[in-house]
Amino acid sequence: MGEIINLLLDGFTIAFQPLNLGLILIGCTIGLFIGAMPGLGSVNGVAILLPLTFLVPPTGAIMFLAAIYYGAMYGGAISSIMLGIPGASTAVATTFDGRPLAKQGMADKALTAAAVASFVGGTISVVLFTFFAPPLAHVALVFGAPEEFSLMMLAFATFVGLGGDDIWKTLFSIAIGLVLAAVGLDIVSGEPRLVFGGITGFMHGINFLVLAIGIYGIGEMLWTIEEHTKAGGKSMLSEATITWQRTVANLKELLGTWKTALMGSFLGYFVGILPAAGATPGSLMAYGIGKQISAKPDDFGKGAVDGVVAPEAANNAASTGSMLPMLTLGIPGSPTTAILLGGMVIWGLEPGPRLFTDHKEFVWGLIASLYAANFFAVILNILFIPAFIWVLKLPFTILAPIIFILCLIGGYAPTQDLHDVWLMLLFGIVGYLMRKLDYPLAPAVLAIVLGPLAEPALRQSLLISSGDMSIFFTRPYSGPIMIAALILLFLPVLQILIRRIRGSRQSPASSDDTPGSEWQG
Amino acid sequence: MIITRRSTLALGLAAGLGLTMGLANNATAGWEPKKPVQFVVMAGKGGGADKAVRLMQAIIAKDKLSNVPFTPINKPGGTGAEALIHLKGKKGDNHTIMFTLNSFYTTPLRQPALGVNIEEFTPIMRMAEDTFCLWVHSDRKDINSVDDFVKAAKAKGKGWIMAGTGKASEDNLLTDFLNSAYGLEMKYVPYKGGGKVAKELAGKNADSTVNNPSEQLGFYEAGTTKPLACFTPERIALFKDSPTFKELGQDFVYFMQRTVVGAPGMDPEAVKYYQDLFNKVFTSEAWQTYRKKKALQGDALSGDALMAYWKNERDVHKAMLMKMGAIK
Repeated sequence: MGEIINLLLDGFTIAFQPLNLGLILIGCTIGLFIGAMPGLGSVNGVAILLPLTFLVPPTGAIMFLAAIYYGAMYGGAISSIMLGIPGASTAVATTFDGRPLAKQGMADKALTAAAVASFVGGTISVVLFTFFAPPLAHVALVFGAPEEFSLMMLAFATFVGLGGDDIWKTLFSIAIGLVLAAVGLDIVSGEPRLVFGGITGFMHGINFLVLAIGIYGIGEMLWTIEEHTKAGGKSMLSEATITWQRTVANLKELLGTWKTALMGSFLGYFVGILPAAGATPGSLMAYGIGKQISAKPDDFGKGAVDGVVAPEAANNAASTGSMLPMLTLGIPGSPTTAILLGGMVIWGLEPGPRLFTDHKEFVWGLIASLYAANFFAVILNILFIPAFIWVLKLPFTILAPIIFILCLIGGYAPTQDLHDVWLMLLFGIVGYLMRKLDYPLAPAVLAIVLGPLAEPALRQSLLISSGDMSIFFTRPYSGPIMIAALILLFLPVLQILIRRIRGSRQSPASSDDTPGSEWQG
Repeated sequence: MIITRRSTLALGLAAGLGLTMGLANNATAGWEPKKPVQFVVMAGKGGGADKAVRLMQAIIAKDKLSNVPFTPINKPGGTGAEALIHLKGKKGDNHTIMFTLNSFYTTPLRQPALGVNIEEFTPIMRMAEDTFCLWVHSDRKDINSVDDFVKAAKAKGKGWIMAGTGKASEDNLLTDFLNSAYGLEMKYVPYKGGGKVAKELAGKNADSTVNNPSEQLGFYEAGTTKPLACFTPERIALFKDSPTFKELGQDFVYFMQRTVVGAPGMDPEAVKYYQDLFNKVFTSEAWQTYRKKKALQGDALSGDALMAYWKNERDVHKAMLMKMGAIK
């Protein structure tokens, strides 16, 4: 413990050198904007910046890149909340409640919540990183295919109740997402699946962003256009104001969400350290659990502050967590971290199990820089809120084309294939119609994110066990996770059963009682 | 006017970044890329090919070899089928290149339906040939030679898990070779990318792998995994104590190309540009150090010589695949 603190203090002396501190500040600012713009958050942004890092010493360079990565994680929430377009898969869950809040004229509240939750998640995870990196690296290592699949099941299970009351429509939505996730080349056999007779664009599968931006970006815009027309062309994208009083009130209200923030931070960090998972399942699971533990679960999806806090705390915690497999196993969790890796290799900082012993100064400098980056990012983010609010005040007729262009860029960037842009527009229209018919869309997005992670893990596990399902229950990490997943999965069914039994015993008027008290009676 | 200014503001960052880069000087005559070059990786993140591409990208940026950034994009699906189809579809595109391995031969042979003919692609430069070794976890104190390995794998029969990078990939070919040469029944489980495969062995979720040295090196240096023997003509300097399969009486040597290939029908001037550029990358100190550290072999090869090498290697792989019954 004492040694770790010494190392960390050494790290701080490196990170707090004026040049490095400046680089972290600039990196955070750039990251914030890259993250805030869908599409720019892709590989291109950081790739363009890579040459700049060769002007400074290696440690500073990596701190700069890490700060960009970190800032982008904060920035991702901004477009999710203001425009309803998740710029990266990590920020999807933030749209679920961030966007409704913005539409109700409380964009400032959502943005503040996102910034503060990100700070909490980031700080907790960096502290965890500081003290528990080596043992957790071991957990990441023994986490194999069966564990991955169990974790994905848990992620699905946390989301069962997400779609609202109509369980059939939720299942339908999940099924659509899973079918879309199956499109493309099968990783195990290498054969193309569901490619409509060999259309090249389907070979690489359907990127999650294509669906998410289609449904949320384009679909949302169609929805707004309809409202806009109804309102006689006078509506704005959302009402928004910001004053000191409001900010103080917002911060006060945030104090009440500390439980959610803590849950999101820990969950995000632990899911983030697993090489397969990364920040996206982490933030989605945090949202699902946040809803289940909430006192007012019905508010989720309609603009609950907790619904912004949970995923934002989790995705920032996970982004720190995912540095662990990158540094100790050399497996990058995202395109941005992959570029970070390239930058490290050219400086002779080879990621791997020996990085922590061979390059102590670098590792601890980087960890210390994450503390600093976290601090800068939250300050910058809050300072920029009025500017973001100002953008929201632009007339819809000006904002709409800008959003539309951002959507197109975001759909094109991940695969750089025009086919995906057309597909995205199609999803936009379908999403709009599904919404009109009251189908929940979040489960479909969840399925397309988790499907491609769950499927190979399932098949690899069953290959290993020769088709024996017990592999998921007999392994030390996999077993408890799978059992927890199954319990969560069947909880709603149990609740329905309990409600039925109660309904037949008592008058419907008392149906608001908790099931527990019922059994005592 | 106002609208223009506002939208410029919104996208100002992008433009600003583009400008700073665009001004980098590299004013030679002839063709030059006009937009970022897409550098497709035919394998997953963290594997040998991916690491090499990230390094080349960094070398190009650091030594200012190009006026535009090279942006890596991973397309590992279907043992490289995704990448091959992508590149094929970029016919006549001067801004798409790919870093390829031996699935360049095997995937089109196995899946004629893809309609990929590798002779259509533009040879740019072979940067190295990678080597393979047989790896087990260091905790297997009972396994210190290939003989021990055979004994242990035989005892476990079909329960012995060999992790690899995809169906009918290099790893799969080597696994089949081991199975038939030593009468084993190891089960081959495909994962996405060599980095993941290396991790599965280190985490004891697999019993063995046939990773490239570059993929296992980190774990090897940490004392987590050990090479038993290598598929090279001579011993690898890094692993002096590990014999070659040739020494052990198996006439089997296997290399994997690490080659930059361009889209079909690339303009000759563009081809020349990329050949010059990757020649500079090849001779750079960083690449040479990397080659030495990762036990990479094979000289630079380009143009017709590279095409001839491809055709020969394709025939070799065709014979191998026929022998293992993957194709008719």
